[in-house]
Amino acid sequence: MSHAHSIIQIENIHKRFGKVHALRGISTTVQRGQVLVLIGPSGSGKSTLLRCINGLERPDTGRVVVDGIPLDDSSDHINAVRAEVGIVFQQFNLFPHLTVLQNITLAQQIIRQRTPDESKKIARELLAKVGIPEKADAYPAQLSGGQQQRVAIARALAMNPKIMLFDEPTSALDPEMIQEVLETMMLLAKEGMTMVVVSHEMGFARAAANRIVFMDGGAIVEDTSPEQLFTNPREERTKQFLSKILN
Amino acid sequence: MSVPDSAKPPPATNRAGRALPMPEWERVPWWIIILILAGIWAVMIIFTSADYTSIITLLSSGIYLTLYVTFFAYALALVVGLLAGLMRVSRNPVLNTLGTLYVEVIRGIPLLVQILYFFYVIAPALADRTPEPFDQLFRSEVNMGIIALAIGYGAYLAETYRAGIEAIPRGQMEAARSLGMSYVQAMRYVILPQAIRIILPPLGNDFVAMLKDSALLSAISVKELTLWTRQRSANTFRPLEHWTIAAFLYLTMTIGLSLFVRYIERKFAIPK
Ligand SMILES: Nc1ncnc2c1ncn2[C@@H]1O[C@H](COP(=O)(O)OP(=O)(O)OP(=O)(O)O)[C@@H](O)[C@H]1O
Ligand SMILES: [Mg+2]
Repeated sequence: MSHAHSIIQIENIHKRFGKVHALRGISTTVQRGQVLVLIGPSGSGKSTLLRCINGLERPDTGRVVVDGIPLDDSSDHINAVRAEVGIVFQQFNLFPHLTVLQNITLAQQIIRQRTPDESKKIARELLAKVGIPEKADAYPAQLSGGQQQRVAIARALAMNPKIMLFDEPTSALDPEMIQEVLETMMLLAKEGMTMVVVSHEMGFARAAANRIVFMDGGAIVEDTSPEQLFTNPREERTKQFLSKILN
Repeated sequence: MSVPDSAKPPPATNRAGRALPMPEWERVPWWIIILILAGIWAVMIIFTSADYTSIITLLSSGIYLTLYVTFFAYALALVVGLLAGLMRVSRNPVLNTLGTLYVEVIRGIPLLVQILYFFYVIAPALADRTPEPFDQLFRSEVNMGIIALAIGYGAYLAETYRAGIEAIPRGQMEAARSLGMSYVQAMRYVILPQAIRIILPPLGNDFVAMLKDSALLSAISVKELTLWTRQRSANTFRPLEHWTIAAFLYLTMTIGLSLFVRYIERKFAIPK
């Protein structure tokens, strides 16, 4: 993996929350267009690592560089990185007081300085892409969980991110809605979006990922291809964890 | 001063924790019916008796001033309270400390004492340091009364705003910041619009409470409804008629205001 092409560089980061040592020296890189799936038991630090990539968490030590911009004390740097990185949360986090369309146009207008017409046009195109063009004027509370999550994806895409982060995007959904969200993510992966996905949906990992990282206790235990992971995991801990989530 | 009573008593529940169905007759808002009947009766007396009609006419400039100071003081308190509330939720230690100091000091002193202190101590000091003719600004009872009420209520409103802001899930701020918004933009476009909807009921209560507390301004000679009533009833030796009418007028204004507040709440509710 050459450094020149890596869009995310993570160098030996540590993060503590009080006594909890959530990240213990994580180093890795992500290449442009790569789809990386992050798995691991609860509390292993997956969300914390993901949130370090868009500056929602600051590592105590170590460095994170996204598309050549270091995430340091400079708020200009942090905002520049956030403009390049979209994130989708487990709880959707749509803005409940705004319509679906307004959810998608708000940041376009105040951050990207797009006109209302321009931003609405983009929003409608994205709603069509995620399969719910008819919901533009609904409020989030009037949508199903799966629809809300697809709006959240559209909202992030409206900023034209170079990287999309997903933190367990389907684990708050009823089973019958998981597929519609995964299909949307699959579509993005096919289009060549760089993605880091925390998810235990192994079907998605098999179909879309070109890399799987297994974390435990704040460290990376195994970093491999899906084929390798499913057929022949190297570490004992990985095997145990896989047997748990696959059953 | 009445503390915002956002903490309503919980509804009656059975063992399983479900609300018990209320019997039909208990659901009738009897107090409103009694009040309306009393109101009709009062209006009839007032408009059939020449005495009462003339009293109401005489008190009307007091009503005007009561509404005037209440509206301006409340508008100002909304701004002061918002700024202090934002300071209270700020992670900046200087802002946070200043906000907390303001809220705790004000809430520990009776509103009447605050009004007197402001009018007799702070306002003259400011006036003495202000060149003429602008010093008159600080010598006007009405202006100073409005500012004193606004400062007093600002502390309570600050706590209301803070509670509203803290009630918004953390994910909202995170989602807004992740889209590239600054803290201020996230507050303005995402957090506050939701927080204000939540706190509309306590904000409305405070509006009504302020209308009643504006009577305290009679202590610094603002000729609002209470002072008018006091002077008139002393001059005419007819306390019964005057104070009854004053009470009736306050009640009419507070109920009117409550209805207006409820209308606003419904108008801005988020569709479900
Ligand atoms: N804001 C915080 N304050 C205190 N502790 C935290 C905070 N965020 C995370 N932690 C702790 O850090 C550790 C790693 O948490 P993290 O959320 O990254 O795990 P995770 O792998 O995403 O787990 P899950 O699968 O449950 O989401 C946990 O022990 C968690 O309790
Ligand atoms: Mg997590």
